[in-house]
Amino acid sequence: MISNLKAPIAALATTAVLAGSAAFADGHALSGDLKIFLDTSNPAPRATMEAMIARFGEANPGLNIETTVIDREAYKTQIRNFLTADAPDVATWYAANRMAPYVNAGLFEDVSDVWADPEIGEKLASTKGAMTIDGKQWGVPYTYYQWGVYYRKDIYEELGLAEPANFDEMKSNCQAILDSGRKCYTIGTKFLWTAGGWFDYLNMRTNGFDFHMQLANGEVKWTDDRVKATFANWRELLDMGAFIDNHQTYSWQESLPFIVNGEAAAILKGNFAVAPLREAGLDDSKLDFYQFPEITPGIALAEDAPTDTFHIPANASNKPAAKAFLKFMASESEQTVINNGENLGQLPVNASASIDDDKFLKEGFEMLSSNSPGGVAQFFDRDFPAEMAAEGMQGLQEFMVFPDNLDDILKRLDKVQERVYK
Amino acid sequence: MANAALTDMRAIEPKRGWYKRNEIAITPWLFLAPAILFFLFYVIIPIYQSFALSLYSWDGLGERTFVGMGNYTELLDDRAFEVSLWNNFKWLLLYLLAIPGGLFIALFLNQTVVGIRLYKSLFFFPFVISQVVVGLVFTWFYDPTFGLLNTMIGWVGLGPINVLGDPTMVTYGIIAAGLWPQTAYCMILYLTGLNAVDPEQVEAARLDGAKGWKMLWYVIIPQLKPATFIAFVVTIIGALRSFDLISIMTNGGPFGQSRVLSFYMFEKALSEYGFRMGYGAAIAVVLFLIMLCFIAYFLWSMWKEEKVR
Repeated sequence: MISNLKAPIAALATTAVLAGSAAFADGHALSGDLKIFLDTSNPAPRATMEAMIARFGEANPGLNIETTVIDREAYKTQIRNFLTADAPDVATWYAANRMAPYVNAGLFEDVSDVWADPEIGEKLASTKGAMTIDGKQWGVPYTYYQWGVYYRKDIYEELGLAEPANFDEMKSNCQAILDSGRKCYTIGTKFLWTAGGWFDYLNMRTNGFDFHMQLANGEVKWTDDRVKATFANWRELLDMGAFIDNHQTYSWQESLPFIVNGEAAAILKGNFAVAPLREAGLDDSKLDFYQFPEITPGIALAEDAPTDTFHIPANASNKPAAKAFLKFMASESEQTVINNGENLGQLPVNASASIDDDKFLKEGFEMLSSNSPGGVAQFFDRDFPAEMAAEGMQGLQEFMVFPDNLDDILKRLDKVQERVYK
Repeated sequence: MANAALTDMRAIEPKRGWYKRNEIAITPWLFLAPAILFFLFYVIIPIYQSFALSLYSWDGLGERTFVGMGNYTELLDDRAFEVSLWNNFKWLLLYLLAIPGGLFIALFLNQTVVGIRLYKSLFFFPFVISQVVVGLVFTWFYDPTFGLLNTMIGWVGLGPINVLGDPTMVTYGIIAAGLWPQTAYCMILYLTGLNAVDPEQVEAARLDGAKGWKMLWYVIIPQLKPATFIAFVVTIIGALRSFDLISIMTNGGPFGQSRVLSFYMFEKALSEYGFRMGYGAAIAVVLFLIMLCFIAYFLWSMWKEEKVR
């Protein structure tokens, strides 16, 4: 499944486009305007998306495609306006609970018929759950990426450490690293969400995926003993001094120099951290990846793999073209191209697409497809409802700075929970 | 009789249009109309809308539900709101330090030496650059690992401190950053004010033996009263809209300890995770009531001034 031949992929892509254009042309000629709103404002994703849309335009010459790229952060607030006032035909967004407000307000179109096509429904089955609310699908994903521990291989080798397989090894590794005058993990919690990643993993490893989802759905209280057990494990790391000092003042980008300079040995992060770390000079001999180790023995491992998606607003004017676009971008060939190392550098959602020849993408793909039996979560701020996530992450940051405040924090979160899930 | 006289008068006057007849009464209103309309649409109506919205629970997308005073009762035991409110008062109080600070720099710079224009513009510089840049500069200054502040206090043997990461210090740290441009602003106001100080009065006071603090307090400062009033107004306004510095330097953190009401309102109603329009509106109403005290005071003192003339 994993192809390490770049040239054939490119060739495959061109032939697929030609085949695709033929298929679209003789079937039903699409016409009219197609307005696409993108939040992929960073240079590489932006170019990837624009190239992909250009290929779709070539295949459908009758369509007049208009693409608008909005700054990724600004998009998160603007979407509320444009979905109601001046809706495009296709818009990017995120899976799971993050799309729930718009689904519940009737602003996203039900695209279950797109999923009924086996070409989509079967090949994208792994992400179907994250796109489903009330038994219907509300969008189609275009990419996802793994989370895990990215560590300094050279430091581990210097200290004679191996990738940990369980929590005890994780702690003993950490102690050895601390004894060598370094910190175990770098993290920047200024914008809060990075702490959510740690909680996701600690909770999924301590109590399992199903429990984590029950908490996300408000079926378990924050003051539950099992949640406290998660925090007790976290506290062990905090009491060791495993994390860098003053993490509350740094963004995640500002926390990277610590691992680059060797002052910290690892970072728990999504695959998007690889690009800046490589740019900063950590090549594959210095940077490596391991899956977050088991904590409670016997609990099925589950992973965070945030999925980015395309949706059709309910007020869209050219829905046939929008659906054709969703099918096009989810197709095997497009998935292969847009997720390769030169473009997004992430994992394709289409199971028949090929993974680029990249150490981290391969490891991530293998981990998610064969070593994540517990399930795949989106991320703290996508699985939990927005308000619960905001208050929760703030509490997590406070816990990381003042672990003694835990009881107070959990009581506060219970109060928020009562209000959010009524 | 009277009726008859009136009709007679009208008959005598040449025929004029309705507008011509009421010109004097109407023209001022015509000139005022654009301003009144804008004020109505952009200030008065939104105020009423905020009041109305604060009585609802609404996510900005779906149906709104009437909750009466529910949002306000929730504010009462919302600890984050309490923190924001106190921070607002800290800002209001400490930001006023910009006024004496600006005055003393202005007095210091109000002299004729070679290159004084250059010095003046250097002092004025922080007000010219964007608040975002001020925020970034101070973030680096406070940085716990490589910041200049820690290097400096290291010289006198004091341990490293993380100003922006410590919930007890963070608000003071941001206010200090805000004071830098604000002092420059007050300085410019006082420099212009000092130009208008009557040299004859200073001369007379000097003949009477006044100097130093007495001269400043009894002769100079009373003459600077208009400048002081404007400095007070802009500083209060500056303190209440202290949004950008907080957003840049700490994003409200650590764990919401540096938020002020305007930032909290934004977070609750309009930010990435904000879905509570009604609650945000309730916070905005509280902020408005605080501002109203100052607005009333400003209007009252301006009205008093007018009456004296």
